[in-house]
Amino acid sequence: MTNIPETGRTPRVQTRLIVIQILVLSLLGTLGGRLWYLQIRNGAEYQKEASGNHVQQVVQPAVRGSILDARGVPLADNETRLVVSASRTDLLKQKDDGKAVLTKLAGVLGLDPEEVRQKVRLCDAKTPQPCWNGSPYQPIPITDEATPRQALQIRERAEDFPGITAEPEAVRRYAAPGKSNAAQVLGYLSPVTDDEIQQAKNTDSPFLRSDMVGRSGLERQYDKELRGKAGVTRYEVDNLGRVIGKAKSDAAEPGSNLVTSIDARVQRVAEYELDKAMKAARQQFDKITGENYKADSGAVVVMEAKTGRIVAMASAPTYDPNVWVGGISAKDYKALTGKDSDYPLLNRAIQGQSAPGSTFKVVSTAAAVEAGYDFNGNYPCTSSYSVGGQVFKNFEGENFGPISLGRALEVSCDTVFYGLADNEWKKDGGINPKKGQPKDYFFRAAHQFGLGKETGVDLPGEVTGRVPDRRWKQSYWEANKDAWCKTGKKNGSYVEKIAYENCLEGNKMREGDAINYSIGQGDTLVTPIQEAVIYGAISNGGTMYTPTIGKAIVSADGKHVTEIKPKPHGRLPVTQATRNMMDEALAGVATRGTAAWKFAGWPQDKIPLHAKTGTAEVYGKQTTSWLATYTKDYSVIMTIAQAGTGSGASGEAVRNIYSSLYGVQADGSIDNKKALLPTPLKSLPKIQADGSISAPKITGDPAKDQEKVAQQVNQQGDTSQGGNQTPAATTPTPTTGNRNTRRRRRGTRGRRTTA
Amino acid sequence: MTGANSFSVSGYGPRRAGWTRLLARDSMARRLDWPMLLSALALSGIGCALVFSATRNRTEINQGDPYYFLLRDLMNTGIGVALMIGTIWLGHRALRNAVPILYGVSLFGVLLVLTPLGATINGSRNWIVLGGGFSLQPSEFVKISMILGMAMLLAARVDAGDRTYPDHRTVLQALGLAAVPILIVLLMPDLGTVLVLLTIILGVLLASGASNRWVFGLIAVGVVGCLAVWQLHILDQYQINRFAAFANPSLDPAGVGYNTNQARIAIGSGGLTGAGLFHGSQTTGQFVPEQQTDFVFTVAGEELGFVGAGLIILLLGVVLWRACRIARETTELYGTIVAAGIVAWFAFQSFENIGMTLGIMPVTGLPLPFVSYGGSSMFVVWVAVGLLQSIRVQRPMSA
Repeated sequence: MTNIPETGRTPRVQTRLIVIQILVLSLLGTLGGRLWYLQIRNGAEYQKEASGNHVQQVVQPAVRGSILDARGVPLADNETRLVVSASRTDLLKQKDDGKAVLTKLAGVLGLDPEEVRQKVRLCDAKTPQPCWNGSPYQPIPITDEATPRQALQIRERAEDFPGITAEPEAVRRYAAPGKSNAAQVLGYLSPVTDDEIQQAKNTDSPFLRSDMVGRSGLERQYDKELRGKAGVTRYEVDNLGRVIGKAKSDAAEPGSNLVTSIDARVQRVAEYELDKAMKAARQQFDKITGENYKADSGAVVVMEAKTGRIVAMASAPTYDPNVWVGGISAKDYKALTGKDSDYPLLNRAIQGQSAPGSTFKVVSTAAAVEAGYDFNGNYPCTSSYSVGGQVFKNFEGENFGPISLGRALEVSCDTVFYGLADNEWKKDGGINPKKGQPKDYFFRAAHQFGLGKETGVDLPGEVTGRVPDRRWKQSYWEANKDAWCKTGKKNGSYVEKIAYENCLEGNKMREGDAINYSIGQGDTLVTPIQEAVIYGAISNGGTMYTPTIGKAIVSADGKHVTEIKPKPHGRLPVTQATRNMMDEALAGVATRGTAAWKFAGWPQDKIPLHAKTGTAEVYGKQTTSWLATYTKDYSVIMTIAQAGTGSGASGEAVRNIYSSLYGVQADGSIDNKKALLPTPLKSLPKIQADGSISAPKITGDPAKDQEKVAQQVNQQGDTSQGGNQTPAATTPTPTTGNRNTRRRRRGTRGRRTTA
Repeated sequence: MTGANSFSVSGYGPRRAGWTRLLARDSMARRLDWPMLLSALALSGIGCALVFSATRNRTEINQGDPYYFLLRDLMNTGIGVALMIGTIWLGHRALRNAVPILYGVSLFGVLLVLTPLGATINGSRNWIVLGGGFSLQPSEFVKISMILGMAMLLAARVDAGDRTYPDHRTVLQALGLAAVPILIVLLMPDLGTVLVLLTIILGVLLASGASNRWVFGLIAVGVVGCLAVWQLHILDQYQINRFAAFANPSLDPAGVGYNTNQARIAIGSGGLTGAGLFHGSQTTGQFVPEQQTDFVFTVAGEELGFVGAGLIILLLGVVLWRACRIARETTELYGTIVAAGIVAWFAFQSFENIGMTLGIMPVTGLPLPFVSYGGSSMFVVWVAVGLLQSIRVQRPMSA
């Protein structure tokens, strides 16, 4: 192609020109190749990056669903407040960056203009509060307490307030219907954390910076359902954040409503009665400690026996959940969680655990029957039971002679169970069990009764309780032996002696451990909810239901209803015949046993009531009172720490709860009109398409209505007592029952005792 | 040897009238390199559209008038084309006589930039503001005057038939002539232009037939020079940053690497056919700085896609290929050197400009010939086209 003669070009130049040409075209080829690589091969990746670059999201928060009681009365709902917000994007479009508008706005709202300006500036390392730390594309709230008049002023003159909106917005409210509180059951909300945002980033329900998240109770358990889905509008913006177009918008989906099995009125009665019982206990003198009972915490559970649904659950001390709304103050927070607080955030119905005391005897009875002892056999109820120099006394040294297991339940005879447990312990080989698996009937029964593990109630943070069986002893000893062996002294103080003994054989099941265990003392721990499940199961014929508070999840428009069905999770290890006998014995507890003095005049023929009292020793503290009861419909458990005996501390309160449930009047008659819930409610409240809920109004205070009835009962009780002690001579008198369930020195925990 | 006669027929022959003259086999119109001319016009046309797309929303620089930059770009292109016609009319040989003046004027221009009359834009003292929104970039004119000056010196004795290749003394003189403006531009400092000028020297020396020793020597000096500059910290921090960002664009995506990153996102997101003119979100959102000038290629990449951006590269290829042909086909060394210098200039500047938007070259402030917005650049580029056309018009007829 080169033509030297024609151009007169020297070969050197000609060659170099060709080299230049090749070089130049290959450079362009390189560009083309690189262009292909970026646009065709990696195009999709860059397209994604580009859209991330210029799309900004504006979020409309979804309205959180309400938490309703069984009849539709809102326990937690939203109240509308008028929120005035400023859009930074719109303000920045104005010539003075919106200064004039904000000043005018401050005038209307009666705020300091400087403060309003500070509220809309963005937070960074150098900017102190107040400042906005959310997305700059999100409207920034100036106030959530605007009056309708102020809002109207702003909205009517929208052209004077470009970028300012006055909209009603939903704020959480814990309505406390009928003065019920249920703080620990409902839980609370607090703003989402950065970590949570990161974690939920790529899931199907990502968090928004403005989101509130359920932190405990039902708010947390059903957070996802209640929260709904925020609406997102995607705007295309330029590099300065100015909006240049709307890309996509999804409307907000309001959260679903949670219908619970709680009845606000029963909840109120339970709370009131618990509080009253605790106050009453504080008036009682504790002979052992030489001071009044402290009664510092307590819990009540009212559960439907045939379904496991919770009708009421109260925990004391409690607090007002509304302190969380709109951000909790540092002072309030300290009062709820600080070292000096009484930890009102704890739901003691599921997070409080203590030894069950004699309420555990139903487990021991079942274990004895399982081990082959005849329910109706004769077992000596002596005044004391001696083992190797240790004396385990019976209740106030009483001696009932040979009695059946049923009678032993009724009168809460400890020595009967001591004997049976000791027998079994010996059969299993004593302190060094025979080769092969020891039978451990008493411990196995506890596990079969669902102790030592969560009941699975639909609340977060439930604790397991504890069954102090061989395995637990071994692991507990391994964890503590070093400390025990270091501090233990053979002839030292009480604590040092215990440590010495524990160091030597704390990993073994000692005779005293087995004996003590049989009456619910020692290291056994149970929660009120576990007891509710057990006594509910005895009531319904032996099925243990997983307790539930949520009954149904209903979409905001009422169209989609997801029912939460009762779910059995096990059966009691008792035959039908044994159950029937236990049932009869527990009815006896209420009519002629340890609880009878509190249930005089109860219409037992119409509403058979069953009960078991318990008084648990706690080392270094006053006794924990337990009262476990049931009818054919409900099981009601009440426990109060440092309050003495079960019947003494809680008898009246539990009776009042039943009275209000069934409408039992002072004279023992039943007034169905006054009954709050004579049979468990099966139907669900109706939710209309527009989101409104048809719920009955609760007028007055259900607890106060009950109070009147209760006062009449007390008056009658006083007169009847003056006459004869009706039910039976075997009924312990109130005085002995109250005072003498505990008859050992303080500090005998874990070794000998009872009630 | 028809070449010898060809000088007499090139446009200065006997006068003919009207169309016949225009369409005659030896007429100017028939002898023009139309593929190059049309490609160059197409590039400028595309450039106007891209500049319009990039600037119609930039209210902070277009004084509220979306057409501000479009109109000016069209005007610049018009002036450029007129300058080309003037250049063809005068002929590169006639200009040869004016080279000392052109060289002197452009040298004066770059010196003037260093005086208080010069203005600093983007870290480089590169501009003379004329007022009324007009400004000049004298370093652009240096490119042309340097090519012409060196070509004049190197080709003088060869074209006179005294020698086959320029001797060492001539080469030294030519290098001296080039060194003066390069040093001045280095003081501005305008690293991009310095690189272009050095590339031009290489192209010019290659085409002049100067001994290989000069060529390789110059390359060696260039390499050593670069190392020295690097080691002795002669570069400003911002220049070092640009190189750092080139080596690792994710280094500081909000700062140094921002340009590179956003440019690459813009181009990459274009895909095969692009978002469509005026529909690129990166462009509309103004995420790429300097998008109407140095980063104009990103608009093409995003809005016209691989097809449109590839077309720009293809059209540049046509221009360069035709320019190479012109360099090879002309008989006089002067024309060859001028054409080769222009090829080196266009090729390097295009490669560097597009390369930096694609992330394969470091960022320097160089416009993309024909496409970028900018009067001075547009004028000299079209003058260069005029020179190439003139060389072609006056080449031997048999080609």
